Amino acid sequence: MELLSGADMITHSLADQGVEYIYGYPGGAALHIYDALFRQDKVKHILVRHEQAAVHMADGYARATGKAGVVLVTSGPGATNTITGIATAFTDSIPMVVLCGQVPSTLIGEDAFQETDMMGVSRPVVKHNMAIKHPSEIPETIKKAFYIAESGRPGPVVIDIPKDMTAPNERFEYSYPKKVKLRSYSPPTRGHSGQIRKAAEMLLNAKRPVIYAGGGVIIGGGTQQLTDLVKRLNYPVTCTLMGLGAYPGTGEHSLGMLGMHGSYEANQAMHHSDLVVSIGARFDDRVTNGTDKFCPGARIVHVDIDPANISKTIKVDVPIVGPVDSVLTDLHAALDELAGTPDQEALSAWWEKIDGWRAFHGGRYDASTQDSIKPQHVIETLHKVTKGDAFVTSDVGQHQMFAAQYYKFNKPNRWINSGGLGTMGFGLPAAMGIKLTHPDEEVVCVTGEGSIQMNIQELSTCKQYDLPLKVLLLNNQALGMVKQWQDMNYESRHSHSYMDSLPDFTKLVESYGHVGMTVNKLDELESTLEKAFAMKDKLVFINVYVDPLEHVYPMQIAKGSMNDMWLNKTERT
Amino acid sequence: MRRIISVLLENEPGALSRVVGLFSQRNYNIETLTVAPTDDESLSRLTVTTTGSDKVIEQITKQLNKLIEVVKLVDLTEGSHIERELMLVKVKAVGSQRGEVSRTVDIFRGQIVDVNSTVYTVQVTGDSRKLDAFIKALPEGIVLEVVRSGVSGIARGEKVLSL
Ligand SMILES: Cc1ncc(C[n+]2csc(CCOP(=O)(O)OP(=O)(O)O)c2C)c(N)n1
Ligand SMILES: [Mg+2]
Repeated sequence: MELLSGADMITHSLADQGVEYIYGYPGGAALHIYDALFRQDKVKHILVRHEQAAVHMADGYARATGKAGVVLVTSGPGATNTITGIATAFTDSIPMVVLCGQVPSTLIGEDAFQETDMMGVSRPVVKHNMAIKHPSEIPETIKKAFYIAESGRPGPVVIDIPKDMTAPNERFEYSYPKKVKLRSYSPPTRGHSGQIRKAAEMLLNAKRPVIYAGGGVIIGGGTQQLTDLVKRLNYPVTCTLMGLGAYPGTGEHSLGMLGMHGSYEANQAMHHSDLVVSIGARFDDRVTNGTDKFCPGARIVHVDIDPANISKTIKVDVPIVGPVDSVLTDLHAALDELAGTPDQEALSAWWEKIDGWRAFHGGRYDASTQDSIKPQHVIETLHKVTKGDAFVTSDVGQHQMFAAQYYKFNKPNRWINSGGLGTMGFGLPAAMGIKLTHPDEEVVCVTGEGSIQMNIQELSTCKQYDLPLKVLLLNNQALGMVKQWQDMNYESRHSHSYMDSLPDFTKLVESYGHVGMTVNKLDELESTLEKAFAMKDKLVFINVYVDPLEHVYPMQIAKGSMNDMWLNKTERT
Repeated sequence: MRRIISVLLENEPGALSRVVGLFSQRNYNIETLTVAPTDDESLSRLTVTTTGSDKVIEQITKQLNKLIEVVKLVDLTEGSHIERELMLVKVKAVGSQRGEVSRTVDIFRGQIVDVNSTVYTVQVTGDSRKLDAFIKALPEGIVLEVVRSGVSGIARGEKVLSL
């Protein structure tokens, strides 16, 4: 057996785990580890400009691949800078392992320089955290961290590593475990067969069914089985913000997104349904609107890997706890066995109703405008130019909702956004994490001039590692989503939602060594995007001045039912 | 409704703070909390009493179960169970009070565990209501200090909470 220092055990463990990239930032408590990184070439380290960005990079990678992203930071401020990123991953169930330096164990509790109780600070926003007490624990702890992060309902795991645990001259026997078992942790592996059978029967008996698919379908690798289910039954399907791409967005059964800014037809169908089958979604308040008015005529089936999500906000009739892929496989088998078919007459009446909702303008934007650039139109143009096949990351605000509504995702893992926490500043570093590992794919960050400035320093990292992604800025010269709420709820008092003193983005990105483009006129939009995306080896930042008065619609009316919506500035359902 | 939730927990640093943190994070209330290692030193047994609607209690047990260090748990109030709490009470005991206090202690099957010329220290065990009743039964104005252990509980009969 090899004798290694704690620091070398970390790099060896990561290599043995198959980790290719880690994202991080050095500092005192992590220097032994950084030295170990220097002395090997299996694990490549990406130096960001702010630790939050390292976490979002790892997150972007994880969302695109399903594998845990890995972060390395120092103690104190390095560690606390990761918290927003960790919370972002936690809320969206993203697997991640965050290695944090810590002051030497002999100094813990003495308010030492750069000492922060990272175990305490991170506790509410991690799936788990662990502190290293002896260097020999390192391999097993790292193995456990990956196992916990990636299994069951995934999430971030923090490992706190006091500096003396990585001391270069203290060596211990190293071997990386093939497997770990935790007696207190066993995620579910199959759904209950009786419940699945019940769900199958309900599916066959429904007259106005809707399938409501969430991010769990993507994380749980169930997109194919979901697509097969929708097609075999000929049932409508709507996806949450996190679930976009779980079923093809241009597919004929797709109603688009549901919820606060969901499509008219999706929210209407949900409200009028007699059976809601929720798969890998968690009845979030941004989906349900007023829970007391949620889908009044519907019975509810809920498939989720996390039992705590069952009946947390909405009481369900048939809960099924298990991994989405295995539950859906079993559900197909149960349907095969029942060998029934849905009531075709009821189903065609239901589709007729849905087609009526689809035909209604339902809050869609006015595409005939010529004197300003509508942000929705920018997204449609992006879809056209990238043939609907790009990895699209976004920040948070109106631009995020426009991207979700108008870029019809046909594949899973391509729409990458902070849905649960709503973290501005997520988009650029997430795109970097994806571009790094998918160099031949088109990766574009759709952003706002508010959000991009929260992590704009990462343009420097993009230069260092040559990441030719694209940034599409929907520049409405305002914190648009905040301003929209102020327009709607505060008589247009724009308290601190106005962004003056914006930088000249073109000059800014050029100073980082990238290409900047500006679009002011509608007729320049498509050609500029074409030009930008033709520059395969350059990061191009496209600043598009969009109509600053545009609002996101539909918008559910607070505390109402699913189908209580504003359709434009003056019309509501 | 009041519930007694009994938890087998990995006996590791930080595990307790995770449990307590969960309660404050999710706005659940803790009425009493006791924790100590079991006969198996790698495990702690933690008992928490809490109140909440059935929905809240269901969430509490599910969220507790999600904590990696929680091995197993049971809501004791779902079945028949034994509940015990230990209380130490320091009371003023001079003159006729001495007899009255000691009679009350007898009735509650308590013990006077420390005595001096003016003060008795009394130990009483039982369920929480019995301890409340004992305090009420004492002559007014003589209680100097009360310390209660919080509730421990165990299921009746053959049911056990173990690995
Ligand atoms: C870190 C963070 N701070 C504050 C908010 C609240 N917030 C939500 S959207 C928004 C405005 C975003 O502005 P911009 O990036 O320009 O996007 P727009 O809505 O204009 O498209 C704000 C401030 C947030 N989501 N995240
Ligand atoms: Mg803006």
